[in-house]
Amino acid sequence: MKQIKKLFSTLLVMAMLLPFGAALAAEDGFNGCYTYNYDYWGEIIQSPDAYRVDTVLYSAELGLETAMRRPQSMFVRDSELYVCDTGNNRIIQLHRDKSDFSVVRIIDHVSGAEPSGFATPSDVFVDENGNIYVADTNNNRVIMADKDLNYLASYVKPDSNTFDQALSFLPNKLVVDSSGRVYVLATNVNKGLVKYEADGTFSGYIGANQVTYSLWDYVWKMYFTTKEQRSQQAAFVPTEYENIYIDRDGFIYATNTVFSEYDLLYDNAKPIRRLNAIGTDILIKNGKYPPIGDLDWVEQSQVDGPSKFKDITVLENDIYVAVDRTRGRLFGYDSQGILLWAFGNKGNSVGSFSSAVSIEHMGMDLLVMDEFNGSITLFTPTEYGNLVYYAIEQYLKGDYQGSADTWREVLKFNANYDLAFIGIGRALMQQERYEEAMKYFKMAHDRVNYGRAYRYYRKELVEKNILWIVVVVAVLIVVSYVIRKIKKIKWEVKEYERQRVIH
Amino acid sequence: MSVSESFTKPGSSGGSGQALRRYKETLRYGLYVIFHPFDGFWDLVHEKRGSLSAANTFLILFLLTRVLKLMLTNFQFISAPLQYINIYEQCGSLLFPFLILCLANWALSTLFDGKGRFKDIYMAMCYALVPYILIQLPLILISHAISFDEASYYEVMMSVSVIWCVFLAFVGLMQVHDFSPGKTVIFLFFTIFGALVILFLILVFFSLLSDAIGFFVSLYREIAFRLY
Repeated sequence: MKQIKKLFSTLLVMAMLLPFGAALAAEDGFNGCYTYNYDYWGEIIQSPDAYRVDTVLYSAELGLETAMRRPQSMFVRDSELYVCDTGNNRIIQLHRDKSDFSVVRIIDHVSGAEPSGFATPSDVFVDENGNIYVADTNNNRVIMADKDLNYLASYVKPDSNTFDQALSFLPNKLVVDSSGRVYVLATNVNKGLVKYEADGTFSGYIGANQVTYSLWDYVWKMYFTTKEQRSQQAAFVPTEYENIYIDRDGFIYATNTVFSEYDLLYDNAKPIRRLNAIGTDILIKNGKYPPIGDLDWVEQSQVDGPSKFKDITVLENDIYVAVDRTRGRLFGYDSQGILLWAFGNKGNSVGSFSSAVSIEHMGMDLLVMDEFNGSITLFTPTEYGNLVYYAIEQYLKGDYQGSADTWREVLKFNANYDLAFIGIGRALMQQERYEEAMKYFKMAHDRVNYGRAYRYYRKELVEKNILWIVVVVAVLIVVSYVIRKIKKIKWEVKEYERQRVIH
Repeated sequence: MSVSESFTKPGSSGGSGQALRRYKETLRYGLYVIFHPFDGFWDLVHEKRGSLSAANTFLILFLLTRVLKLMLTNFQFISAPLQYINIYEQCGSLLFPFLILCLANWALSTLFDGKGRFKDIYMAMCYALVPYILIQLPLILISHAISFDEASYYEVMMSVSVIWCVFLAFVGLMQVHDFSPGKTVIFLFFTIFGALVILFLILVFFSLLSDAIGFFVSLYREIAFRLY
């Protein structure tokens, strides 16, 4: 009896908690919405979903005998998906057929290599010919194999005095450019990306993070600390990147997660960079806010602070998507650095991530891997998302009119989309409808384009009314002249009369 | 015939017509002061060519200019988040430091052998605001006639108005207290320090006051709980 009573009361408590829990779940997103954007004032604006979850892949559903353990990275080449199953020392190759993924093969060794197996591989890259590159971290090498897994080459610790020989070489992430040069992001190397030529020779570093320290830090360290204290403190060293991605033009996108919040606010941290061949950041930032992820660091149950981009991928139309590990969110930016949409959450439900580590794209679809669950979520764009992409594509092609029409469609879904207003405004400007263009630019707070449209509008206005302007100015001049004349005459008459009275 | 001779004290004998005329005269005198600051400020207090009512008018116009500027300037130049702006807060954030500075200045003038009374200091400071009103009010209109590329003209005019005002305030204090320029600089530093002290005292006063009120409130509650 006592047992039943206990059970009953437990059930009652649970029943009472249930609606409460549901209410909490609804509130832990941004105002209950999944997809959002930031307006001109940096306020969160709800938005229709740009992406929806298509499927979530788990090891069991894929038919894997051993479940994925702490997978670290993914790579996509056409419709093949390579998953770097780090904890099990293997690479899983999956083939996609619409929403279905099937295991093609499991790569756990390279024939002819010594040792042939992998030790905590943390990244994989496949070039256009099907050659596979694996960052074989604990074997201190990047190994290259052909598509039948025969050993081709390995890239090892640089035999150069620029590399501290006391440190072991721990390749973490890698990318390969179209001519076969390999760029490796290695743990403990803060000189930038380790660059190898196609034949395997080390050829230097590119894109080192700049060392940042304040004058105060410098003075304090140099004049107010002893040598012993200084050796105990962290030196001024550049930080390492978090992840890298190479786009179709051969530019390397790098994310950086080590910075102070202060630097972020003044855009000194540059969490996303686009490195050219000599390692200079050439990312375009034309938005009101730089691409830093969340602007509003709403404190949730356990997370606060800025977004930290764990991985980045670049779509075909130069739109880049970065995944934030702080809140499990995805941020899509266009080539001008303007936020298109943001969505995602921290959690275990579908469309949320407890620890997102890797993002890849297949066409416009996005794949996000969760390290903790060992799951891969496939997102496909919604009608709204596709419209946005289509409008941007049309604009890049030079079809301004078509792009404006698509933007008008976008506005039917989302009336708060600044990019749509700017797009329509630009098209109107092309048609020389400056006054209307001004209206649209004003709605988007685009002062540069507004100013441009206004100048044309003003010119038109002056040209149209030039006759009236000349007439008004002439009348003003004549009237003021006449008034002055009359006053003078009056004064003279007065003076004359006064003179007469005196005499 | 000097202008000051024709004036009588407002309300003494001339009646409302004369008071109005004096008010107009003192308002117009603001224009003279900004172009001839050294003579202007001297006569403003020593020859009684300024009036408190005109000074108040300038201060109100100054606040009005600020608010209108925030609200009506074209968004290319100032885009204030109007949804968050509180007019009283905006006015208060200008009026409060202005009055505190006048007060600190007056309080320290005895230490520095300044000749100015509080009324004189206040009047000089208010008259020094005239260029701000004269430049910034038309600038609101101009902002709608120029484009973003021409923003430099706008910004130059903005800085001119502010620099002019600061210069006038400096000269004004110098003439009101009959100081040399060097002494005025030192005096200004002390004024700022004095203003900080006043702020600190206000803070202390209010925190003590709230503590005292809190004490009586809790005393009342305690008694109320005991009795019922």
